[in-house]
Amino acid sequence: MLARAGADKLSAMLQTVLDPDPVSDGVTARDTHLAAYRYMLLARLLDEKFASLYRAGKIHGGVFIARGQEALSVAVGISLKRGDVFAPLIRDTAGRLAFGEPVIDAVRTYLGSILGPMRGRDGNVHRGRPKEGYLPMISHLGAMISVVNGALFARRMKGISGTVGATCIGDGGTATGAFHEALNQAAIEKLPLVLVIANNHYAYSTPNDREFACRDLADRAPGYGVEAQSVDGTDLSACLKVLGEAVARARSGRGPQMVVATLLRLCGHGEHDKAEYIDPKLKASPVGRDCLKIAEEFQLGQKWTDAAALERLRGEVVREIEAAVAQAQREPVPDPFTEDWCAISSRHLSETHGEKDSA
Amino acid sequence: MSITYLEAICEAQSHALRDDPRVFIYGQDVGAFGGAFKATKNLAKEYPGRVIDAPISEDAMVGLAVGAAIEGMRPIIEMQFADFSTVGFNQIVNQAATLFWRTTVPCPITVRLPFGGTSGSGPFHSQSLEAVYAHYPGLVVMTPATVEDAYSMLLEAVAIDDPVIFCEHKFLYYHLKADKLPSEALPVGKARIAREGRDMTIVAYSAMVHEALEAAAELAPEGWEVEVVDLRTVKPLDTDTVMASVARTGRLLCVGEAWPWGGVTAEVIARVTSEGFGLLDVPPQRLNAKDTPVPYHPNLWTAHRPTPQAVAAAARRLLRL
Repeated sequence: MLARAGADKLSAMLQTVLDPDPVSDGVTARDTHLAAYRYMLLARLLDEKFASLYRAGKIHGGVFIARGQEALSVAVGISLKRGDVFAPLIRDTAGRLAFGEPVIDAVRTYLGSILGPMRGRDGNVHRGRPKEGYLPMISHLGAMISVVNGALFARRMKGISGTVGATCIGDGGTATGAFHEALNQAAIEKLPLVLVIANNHYAYSTPNDREFACRDLADRAPGYGVEAQSVDGTDLSACLKVLGEAVARARSGRGPQMVVATLLRLCGHGEHDKAEYIDPKLKASPVGRDCLKIAEEFQLGQKWTDAAALERLRGEVVREIEAAVAQAQREPVPDPFTEDWCAISSRHLSETHGEKDSA
Repeated sequence: MSITYLEAICEAQSHALRDDPRVFIYGQDVGAFGGAFKATKNLAKEYPGRVIDAPISEDAMVGLAVGAAIEGMRPIIEMQFADFSTVGFNQIVNQAATLFWRTTVPCPITVRLPFGGTSGSGPFHSQSLEAVYAHYPGLVVMTPATVEDAYSMLLEAVAIDDPVIFCEHKFLYYHLKADKLPSEALPVGKARIAREGRDMTIVAYSAMVHEALEAAAELAPEGWEVEVVDLRTVKPLDTDTVMASVARTGRLLCVGEAWPWGGVTAEVIARVTSEGFGLLDVPPQRLNAKDTPVPYHPNLWTAHRPTPQAVAAAARRLLRL
């Protein structure tokens, strides 16, 4: 009973929602670029905070950061509207924030706060708010694509039009059967799916030539009857343009859209990984550029910002992160004695035998 | 009027589609063709746009169902054969079965598995996978043994807010008939005494209930009164009804068509011995299929799975202990 009352109270506390949509219609390219940059910076510094908390032993399990992939990810999140469906993957800190994930959701999930969306039951990048179209990834690659298809399929059955669904995957994830099945399914059903592939050149440590043999992953799209665009994933302007167009095409009823971005993961697979396998030649090549730096230089070149404004922004972002971390660190963590240990919602059908055994 | 187990499944789906606009059926050949076994016969015509052919993509079929369930729908996925659900296994056990626990958002999907052996079906069209799914937290696993249960439990499966693995036995599809569909049913999760007796308990489910009943009938002229318990759902498992029966009889034989290792029969025996050791007069026994793939030739197949004769022989051995 105690556990039940606790769960009810908890679910009442969890009635928070995603942040409101920051980018509305009629904004200029400059506004979008500036807004996107802020999310990129927030994502970069938030990831760095997670990495340092991890090294300090404050985070259980792994930390998976997105250094080098922020431009692509933010372009996905910012191109979507509230009411769309988004299933991000491991390196989408920026896209999640741009889609409306409050910083505190990310921090609470990493720190295992019971007030976070996953309540300590799942951690790190496994977070979302399914009822708000923000789907929490499972670790099995390719598995989220057909789930997005299902959400879009259901909306069509219910007569809801005009929303799109986006999901992200890496070069390695394109080698799964789930990826093939789901993309084929989306094409058959002509669903408004935007499938974003970040080719960061390594699936954990495995290079491209051990993951696929086609010239370019975008070449696969016509085989499915799907449109594809390629983009330089280090260039925020290009990412915003290509993702904006892909989302618009999906929204207008053109069917599934694939976007393949070329970039380099500028970190390990997780913070436990020194990533010594990354080819130094790739690091020195244009794909190894830091997208955050490029976006910053572009804005300075356009005179959209200046050094003082960037410094102010950084301070503001750091304070936002520190406040969230300070808050989440004071919050309760899960308690095994009040946890109800029930895996299904139909409580009367739950198995109690195991509990009796361990009691 | 008489109705078969298969027709009851078709009728239950028709009923669900009629009563609940959130319900749709997605699976291979389920549309105009009416399904490989005709379990969705005429439904595509009666409910346009809601009985939809899927590509041969079991993973994506279940994934789509999960996404639709998140959006408030109540999808029914038809696997053409239970055996092929292993291709969609990841989405069932990792996506659907964990969603509620991770997020508090329930996942009301029903995955129909035409399962179990029929003569000549061989290793890949005969499997019984209920124990595999029951092993995973987050799933309800139903194994109806009667026409009435096939109907009422499928309606329950669609109504339940959690993922349900609905194991419908292919052998029962055509062989089992009832006079009419039921208007009421035992609650889900409750086992049923299929035959009363005082000398021993046989616990079975799905097609094996009928093999057990035949064995019980064979033993009756020899003076043995065998009680048969039909589990109805293997997860949750109604331990109380099993225990109460064993308390009356003191002898337990569990019969399952699935493979023996770590299966439902092992689970029942584990529960009875750990919670009701004192109720047992003799060591409990189990009878399962052999630990090999399901063979093709009828000579091998009938020796591979428990038959009424094999159940009766096992029961006699137990009664003489």
